[in-house]
Amino acid sequence: MLKCRIIPCLDVADGRVVKGINFVGLRDAGDPVEAAERYDKEGADELCFLDINATYQNRATTYSIVQKTAEKCFIPLTVGGGVRSSEDVRNLLLAGADKVSFNSAAVKNPDVISEAANRFGSQCIVCAIDAKAAPSGKWELFTHGGRKPTGIDAVEFAQLIEKKGAGEILLTSMDKDGTKSGFNLNMTRIISNAVTIPVIASGGVGNLDHLVDGVVRGGASAVLAASIFHFGEYTIDQAKKHMDKAGIPVRLNK
Amino acid sequence: MLTAIIDYSSGNLHSAQKAFEKITALNNLGSVVVTSDPQIISSADRLVLPGDGAFPSCKSELMSSEAYEAMVFSAVEKKRPFLGICVGMQLMAIKSYEYQETDGLGWIDGEVRKINPKDKSLKIPHMGWNTLKIESDHPIFKCIHNGDHVYFIHSFQMMIKKHEQRLAYTDYGTDITAVVGKENMVGLQFHPEKSGEIGLRIIENFLSWSP
Repeated sequence: MLKCRIIPCLDVADGRVVKGINFVGLRDAGDPVEAAERYDKEGADELCFLDINATYQNRATTYSIVQKTAEKCFIPLTVGGGVRSSEDVRNLLLAGADKVSFNSAAVKNPDVISEAANRFGSQCIVCAIDAKAAPSGKWELFTHGGRKPTGIDAVEFAQLIEKKGAGEILLTSMDKDGTKSGFNLNMTRIISNAVTIPVIASGGVGNLDHLVDGVVRGGASAVLAASIFHFGEYTIDQAKKHMDKAGIPVRLNK
Repeated sequence: MLTAIIDYSSGNLHSAQKAFEKITALNNLGSVVVTSDPQIISSADRLVLPGDGAFPSCKSELMSSEAYEAMVFSAVEKKRPFLGICVGMQLMAIKSYEYQETDGLGWIDGEVRKINPKDKSLKIPHMGWNTLKIESDHPIFKCIHNGDHVYFIHSFQMMIKKHEQRLAYTDYGTDITAVVGKENMVGLQFHPEKSGEIGLRIIENFLSWSP
């Protein structure tokens, strides 16, 4: 049976892991390569690096972190942040990423997804969707690390990028991110039901029950969390045992 | 001993290279090279054919690669141990129906078709950690047990016609072929280089195997 994936996310800026509240107010959480190794040992199912200020600064630090991590961790590694073109995808894959995540660039031009998927295969193309509740009751897509509203409906966009060849959606609720009050379950469920590709729930995890809710009530194929793991509140192993007890199939450490 | 990972411009070879390098260094199993050079491929003792992306484009890249003839000669005539990974495994089949009907290498009596689980709520691609159900005592499974987890990521799977060529499967609403084999050839649908300790052990088993 396919297991639900638990993915610790490392938001990286200037070579350090950081985690903000609602994408601002950053707190240092350590060396990304060391953190990745620790998560791998604890039983993480995948790793995710998001280069949160890549749009503005040069990528050399990120490539070096990806390269060092890929030499030590033999589990899938997704890298996102500032990815604009097939060439960026190629460079990250060559550095050792297994999947690359588009965000702002895919909103500006969804064909960048089809181009990258045709060249490298859908299996390595993730599209990150950052969305906020809109007054209409729908969810609006935001870009540029949550700073720029687009007026685009997140559900329609999810269906569009699936058609363009994305292999997976990383769905973050901007309202929930950093609040520790749990995922936006309604949005997660509606988007997960609207597409056939897997959806990773992200944004808002504050305790282990939130992870369970993301799968059971949100219908997510994978759950992503940052701060509950970075600051030592819970280990990945504790999270998995908790999910196992709740009846969710997980890959447990032997 | 030299292991050649065949580079035919398809997908991501970095992860496979790092994993094979780690295992060869730890166990004194020779060296690893990523190459499309026919002379190096001819001299290599073992061959690894990776592959990511769509079957037709992988097949045409492979056919137009200078590596192709040397690889086929080594695997078929010289019977050097051969390992296909993911689309590299699917290429070993008779044919694939991904996008269009495309001939494979024809080494394993199977056809590659879209995964079609009975439970329509199951997501495609089949992505993540799933358990092996082992059907053979092949040396590739040394120290590997039924129920061990490996990492899959694919939307198409190989349907096997000769049951003895399917060495392991996994369950995703339907039986999914996980490992195939015949004589000096083994193919893995999952990614051993992304499957943690279990995957590294399978790589070690391949590198230690004398068919």
